[in-house]
Amino acid sequence: MQILNKETQIPFLSWRLIGAILSVVLIASSISSLMARGLLLGLDFTGGTLVELQYQSSVDISDVRQTLAEVGYGDSVVQYFGTARDVMVRVPLSGETQDAEFSTRLVEALRVPFSEVGLSSTGVTGKQQCSVEGSIAICEVQLQRVEFVGPQFGAELLDKGLSALMWALGGILIYVMFRFEWRFALASVIALIHDVLITLGFFSIFGVEFSLPVLAALLAVIGYSLNDTIVVFDRIRENFRTLMEASTEQVIERAINQTLPRTILTSVTTMLVLLSLYFYGGEVLAGFSLAMIIGVIIGTYSSVFIASPAVYSLGVSREDLLPPDKDDKTVEGELLP
Amino acid sequence: MNQNPIWKYLVLVLIVVPAFLYALPNVYGEDPGIQIAGVRGAEVTQSTLSLVTNLVRDAGMEPVATSLDNTGIRLRFADTSEQLKARELITSNLGAGYTVALGLMPAMPDWLANLGAVPMYLGLDLRGGVHFLMQVDIPSAQERAKASYVDDIRTLLREENIRHRGVRLQADGSILIKFRDIGTRDLGYDQIVRNYIELSGVPNDEAEFPELLLTVSEARLKEVGDFALQQNITALRSRIDELGVSEPVIQRQGADRIVVQLPGVQDTARAKDILGRTATLEVMLVDEDNDISSSIRSVAPAGSKIYRFRDGQPILLKKQMIYSGENIIDAGSGFNNLTGGAIVNLTLDSKGSAINRRITGENIGNRMAILYVENQREAKLDAAGNSVLDEQGNEIFIAKRIEEVITAPVIRDQLGKRFQISGLESNAEAQDLALLLRAGSLATPVFIIEERTVGPSLGKENIEKGFKSVVGGLIAVLIFMTLYYRVFGLVACTALTLNLVIIVAVLSLFQATLTLPGVAGMVLTVGMAVDANVLIFERIREELRAISGPQVSIHRGYEQAFSTIIDANVTTLIAALVLFNFGTGPIKGFAITLSIGILTSMVTAIFVTRILVNLIYGKRRVENLAI
Repeated sequence: MQILNKETQIPFLSWRLIGAILSVVLIASSISSLMARGLLLGLDFTGGTLVELQYQSSVDISDVRQTLAEVGYGDSVVQYFGTARDVMVRVPLSGETQDAEFSTRLVEALRVPFSEVGLSSTGVTGKQQCSVEGSIAICEVQLQRVEFVGPQFGAELLDKGLSALMWALGGILIYVMFRFEWRFALASVIALIHDVLITLGFFSIFGVEFSLPVLAALLAVIGYSLNDTIVVFDRIRENFRTLMEASTEQVIERAINQTLPRTILTSVTTMLVLLSLYFYGGEVLAGFSLAMIIGVIIGTYSSVFIASPAVYSLGVSREDLLPPDKDDKTVEGELLP
Repeated sequence: MNQNPIWKYLVLVLIVVPAFLYALPNVYGEDPGIQIAGVRGAEVTQSTLSLVTNLVRDAGMEPVATSLDNTGIRLRFADTSEQLKARELITSNLGAGYTVALGLMPAMPDWLANLGAVPMYLGLDLRGGVHFLMQVDIPSAQERAKASYVDDIRTLLREENIRHRGVRLQADGSILIKFRDIGTRDLGYDQIVRNYIELSGVPNDEAEFPELLLTVSEARLKEVGDFALQQNITALRSRIDELGVSEPVIQRQGADRIVVQLPGVQDTARAKDILGRTATLEVMLVDEDNDISSSIRSVAPAGSKIYRFRDGQPILLKKQMIYSGENIIDAGSGFNNLTGGAIVNLTLDSKGSAINRRITGENIGNRMAILYVENQREAKLDAAGNSVLDEQGNEIFIAKRIEEVITAPVIRDQLGKRFQISGLESNAEAQDLALLLRAGSLATPVFIIEERTVGPSLGKENIEKGFKSVVGGLIAVLIFMTLYYRVFGLVACTALTLNLVIIVAVLSLFQATLTLPGVAGMVLTVGMAVDANVLIFERIREELRAISGPQVSIHRGYEQAFSTIIDANVTTLIAALVLFNFGTGPIKGFAITLSIGILTSMVTAIFVTRILVNLIYGKRRVENLAI
C-alpha cells in the first residue's frame, strides 16, 4: 500500500505566506489567551491536596460536600471520578491545609458519617480496616490516592519545569548549529517555540489542566517536532550537494516533498499509540497524551510549513552547507559524481 | 551485496538471548511475602530461618519458597491471607530485635534468579505506596549551633578568668562580646581564636566598651547542616525499620531534602506521624528550694524555669538538663499492674546511667521531672490572628517547641541503668514514645513538602492501564505497518516487538524505576521507533522509483537513511536527557524509558531489520520487493 506512490510536487514554499499567516493567528490567540486567562495550573504547581477515595457502595456527592462543609473545608472541589463510588476531593492551600497531615484529617472527617475510625496498619495488600462501633470491618471510605504539594515546592516545580524547556531549546540550538548551520538552528528553534506556544495556548483556551505530566509531554513534543524537522533539513543538505543545477527554492521544496510520505507516516504511527494511551492510559496519562496529540499535529505542520520556509527566508544558500575548505567553485564541481 | 556475515548473526544472538532471559522474570509476577531482618545487633541465621519455617508449618501453612541472605530472611506465600497470618505468628514468637515486614516478592523460578534476573522495579504509582519529600530545617540546626557557641565562649572566658560585659547572639547570627578594656578584649580574642578556629572576629574600639564581633565560618555552618541532615536520615531509617516496611528508600536530595519512599504502605497517617515527630525526653531536677507561686507572680529564680504539666499545672525545674533522649539506648512500652497506667521502660547508655546514679543518689527525697519535648512547625500569626505572609505571598512558618512535664516523681532510691516512667495518657502514646526513643531523635525538624500516595489496588489498576495502552498501541502499529509495507512491514514489526523486549530487559537489569509516565514513554517509543524503518523503507521505494535494482535499492536505502536517523534520534535524546535532569519521580521514569527506547530502537530498526531483510532477499535474484 502506498498513499503517495510518486513524488509529490506541492509548492510548499509558495504557500509559506499562508502558513505564516495561519501560524501568526494561532500564536496571537495563544498568547492573548495565556495573558488573559493564563493556564489552569494543576496541583503540582499551585500546591494543595488531592485525595481520591473509593466508597464501598455508591455515594451521593452532595453528602460528601456537606460533610466537608461542616468541618470547614467548604472550598474543596468534590467530583466523581469514573464511577459513583469513586470520589476525588481537591483542596486548595490555605491556613490549615498547608501540611501533609491535612489529608489524614480529611479522610477522618469523611469517615465520621459512617461512624468508623481508621486503624493503624502497614499492610501491603487488602483493604483498609476501620473500627466501627467496637468491631473491626473494612472501611466504607477507602483511601486510594493522596497528592500533597507544599506551597513553596509547587512554585519551585514550575520554575524548574520552565527552565528545563529553556535548556532543551538551548541544547538543540547548539546541536543543530554544530551539525548544520546557524540558519537551520534558528529555524528549528523558531518552529519549536511555535509548537510549544500553540500547545500551551490550546491548554489555556480550552481550560485543560496543566500538570507535571503535561510539562513532560511538552518536552517530548519538542523532541518529536525536532525529529521531523531534522529529517527535512537533512534532505535539504543532501539535495544541495546532489542537485547542482537546482535553485535554493527548488532544493528546499523538493526536500519537503521527498520526505512528505515519511512525515505523514510517522505522524500516523505516533498518533496511533497516543490514541491508545489516551483511551487506555487512565486519568493520570490523559493530560499527557492530549498534550502530545496536539503537539504532534502542530509539530508535523510546523516542520513542513514553518521550519523549512524559515530556513529559506533566513537566506540559506548552497555555499553555507558545503565543506568550508572547498570554497573554490571549480573544485566543488569536480567533487560531484 | 545484502548478505549477512557470520558475526552479525552472533551479535544478534548475543542481543536476543539475554534480552528474552532478562525480560522473562516480569512474566511470572509477584507473590505476597514476608521479610525478616535483625535490628540493633540481632542477626538472622540459618537457625532463625528453620525456627520461622517450622512456626509457619506448624500452623498448617506452607511457604512457596524461603531464602536467607545478608539482607535477611524471605518467605513467599501463595496468598495474602496466609501472609498476614504468618506475620502475626512470627511477630509474636520472634520477639524484639527483628523487624517483620510485608512485601511482594518475585515469583520466578530459581534458575532465573541464579542468573541474576529480576523483574522491573516498579515505581510507587504502580505498586502502591507512599512517597514523601521532606524539607530538613537546616537553619534552625545552624541557629542552635551558634547559640551553643555563645555558651561555650562564656564558659571559656570564665575558665580563663577573662572578665567581660556580656556575650550575646545577635539577630543576624553574629556573636557580640563586650569587654571592659582593650587589654582584656585582646586576651579574650586570642583565647577564642585559639580554641575555635571556625570563628573569625572583628574588634571594634569605637563603642562605649571595646567589642569583639564573632562570626561562624560558612564551612562550619555547612558542616553543621550536613551533619544534621545525615543524622536525620539515620533516625528516619531506624524509625522506618521500626514500622516494618520492606525495601524502603531513604535518600538525600540536594542540600536540605530527604526523599522517603515506602512501598506498600497504606496507612500514611501513622507513617507521617512517626516520621515527622521530633519527640524526645529530657530529664531535669525539680527546684525544691524556691516557691513556685512567687515565681509565677514575679520572675523565676536564676537557673530555674517554670514548666507545666499536661493539665496546665505549673512546676519549677532547674534548667540544667541531667540527660536527654540521646542517652536512651532502648525503650519499650508496658503496663503498670499496680496503678493500671501505661508505662515506658527505659535503658540508658553508660554515660546516662553514670549520671543517673550520681544525681539520683544525691537527691533522694527530691523530685525528678521527665519533660516531653517536641518541635513543631506552625504558621506565624499577627496580632489579629491572621497568618503573616512573605514577599512571595507564602505563609511564614515558625518552629514551635512544645515542652510538657509528663511526670515528676519523688526519687525514693538511687536509680541506675534501667528505670520506668509513668504518667502517659494511653497505651498508644507509650508505644509511640518508646518507638521514637528507640529510633533516636531527629537532629532538626523535618517537614513534608510533597506527598504522593497510591493505594495498592490503584497501583494494580495503573499496571493494567499501562499494559493495555502498550498492547493497544503496539497492535495498532503492527497492523498498520504490515498493511503499508507488507514483507518489509513484517520485518519492522519483528524489530519493534524485539525492541520492547529489550527495553523491558534493560529496565529489569538496571533496576531503573518504571513509573506510569515511564509506561507512556514505552508506548511513545513504539510509535516513534518505527520512524527509523519508515525512513529506510521510503528511501528504498525512492530508489526503486529511480529504477535501481531491488538489491541496490535495499543497499542504498539503508545507507542513505543512516545519518538522518542518527541526527533525528540525537535531538530527541537531548530533549529526553533534559527531562531526566529536571524530572522528579514519575517524570524521571518517562525520561528513562524514552531514552532507553531511543537507543535500543536504533539497534533494532537498523541492525536487526537489515539482517532479516538480507535473509529474505539476499543471495538471490529478486524481481520485486514486497514493500
